Amino acid sequence: MIEVQDLTKSYGSVTAVDHVSFTVNKGEILGFLGPNGAGKTTTMRILTGFMPATSGTARVAGFDVFNDSLEVRRRIGYLPEAPPVYPDMSVETYLDFVARIKNVPAEKRADRITDALEKTSLADKRFELIKRLSRGYKQRVGIAQALVHDPDVIILDEPTVGLDPKQIIEVRHLIKGLAGTHTIILSTHILPEVSMTCDRVVIINKGKIAAVDTPQNLTSQLKGGQRIRVEAQAPEAALRETLAQVPGASRVQVETTRNDGHVILSVEAAQGKDIRSQVAARIIEKGWPLFELRGVSVSLEDIFLQLTTDESSQAQPAN
Amino acid sequence: MRNLYAIYRKELGHYFVSPIAYVVIGAFLALTGFFFNFFLNAVIQQSMNMEMQSMRFGMPPDMDVPAEVMRAFFGLLSTLVLFITPMLTMSVYAEERKRGTMELLMTSPVTEVEIVLGKFFASLSLFAIMLLPTAGYLVFMYLRSDPTPPWRMLLAGYAGIILLGGALLALGTFISSLTENQIIAAVLTFAAFLLVWVLDIGSNSSSTLASVLSYLSVIRHYQDFTRGVIDTSGLIYYFSFIFLFVFLTVRSVDSMRWRRA
Repeated sequence: MIEVQDLTKSYGSVTAVDHVSFTVNKGEILGFLGPNGAGKTTTMRILTGFMPATSGTARVAGFDVFNDSLEVRRRIGYLPEAPPVYPDMSVETYLDFVARIKNVPAEKRADRITDALEKTSLADKRFELIKRLSRGYKQRVGIAQALVHDPDVIILDEPTVGLDPKQIIEVRHLIKGLAGTHTIILSTHILPEVSMTCDRVVIINKGKIAAVDTPQNLTSQLKGGQRIRVEAQAPEAALRETLAQVPGASRVQVETTRNDGHVILSVEAAQGKDIRSQVAARIIEKGWPLFELRGVSVSLEDIFLQLTTDESSQAQPAN
Repeated sequence: MRNLYAIYRKELGHYFVSPIAYVVIGAFLALTGFFFNFFLNAVIQQSMNMEMQSMRFGMPPDMDVPAEVMRAFFGLLSTLVLFITPMLTMSVYAEERKRGTMELLMTSPVTEVEIVLGKFFASLSLFAIMLLPTAGYLVFMYLRSDPTPPWRMLLAGYAGIILLGGALLALGTFISSLTENQIIAAVLTFAAFLLVWVLDIGSNSSSTLASVLSYLSVIRHYQDFTRGVIDTSGLIYYFSFIFLFVFLTVRSVDSMRWRRA
């Protein structure tokens, strides 16, 4: 449905998107994961025909995004970073306007608007002025706007930003419900969001694709080993040495040493090994008071550090 | 065409759901109403004075009261237009860009020409709606005059003010498309208006440059219209002016895609 080949976009000397290639199959949800400024928004803007690429091609439903821009735009629903709403309009007037400029035939317009309102649970806000709506509701109006013409492809730039946890869950359900009939690209910097909604993930950093895979593969591959946080009252050097000798511990790093003698450090374990009980045993053996010991899940930040420092040189898009 | 109408409808609706249209139209009508009354009284007073003088000295009074009032009134309209049109155009693109809704328009299956024309005709319509009630004053004066002045004077005058307004709105929307900031748009628009206004400042001089500049002034051609003359050179001037700036606006909107947003 979407084919992107060697897409590059530079602003003067800055390259925002650097030879990005990927494909999205019909009915699939593709997640775009990356830190701010990674090139997610730029890629999406090129796909929606908002701006041209410097080089490379992108095709949506067989149409080139630059040469057949109008055909592509007819088939795309797009939610930019900030919902593109007119504050002085009511929700219904706004969706009616969007339906008109998206070429929804007059006889279908009312049904399409009602459908979009229902899908985004906005039916009771239909006649409300958009400026009176809360941030979360505005975001939903933005999503409704992307759905109102029933497009083949829906592109959502950080759709859950600014929503409360309940609304985030609703939006994720909504997005999952749209898959199959629609092809969806969404961008996010929240890892769980990707694993919960997407079929495949493109990890993008500094304009380059760092990895393309299913969320399951990525998380298991990236999580690697386990990390344990330890707080104990002990001489720093001795404690570090003791823990480094635990079989399976790969790296011991002291984070802080407090004035009262408490040392806080993190221990990384090799993949697939649970060394928590051994760490505890060693500390107790030495007679040091142990205050805390817990497993720390790997954060997105770590994954990026991992991807951009270790693998970026050889990582190539798997697809 | 349907897209153009959708944009047009939204734009015109936007003027009326926000307070802009009501404030601008209200202020405009209050001023024109006051000045029309003032001109009418002044001219009638003057004609009565002349009549009294003619009784004393036996000179025939030679004064066309409605024409005098209309000349003064259309002069006033052109001055008010100079101040009011920047307020109508300053937000047309600047606000759209600031809110990010330009991104919606530009990722919809709508061409730049449709966006620009839709917005231009919406501002022109608001301008015409604003002018319409003032025609009532003149019609009232016509019906009270004996003999009734030629209606073509009224029509030519309004054709002139619509063309003048159209030219300024085209220029103003173009300037609005260049910036994200409404205040900057308004100030630049006002400065540009003054510039195209005073180009005929050297019209008394006989040099070629002065006569060319004077021909380019937006106000010179307008004065022909207010005398009841619909001159083709005036029509060509205003249509070219509007076409030029609508075209430049289309290019400017198109270039937003190439600039870093």
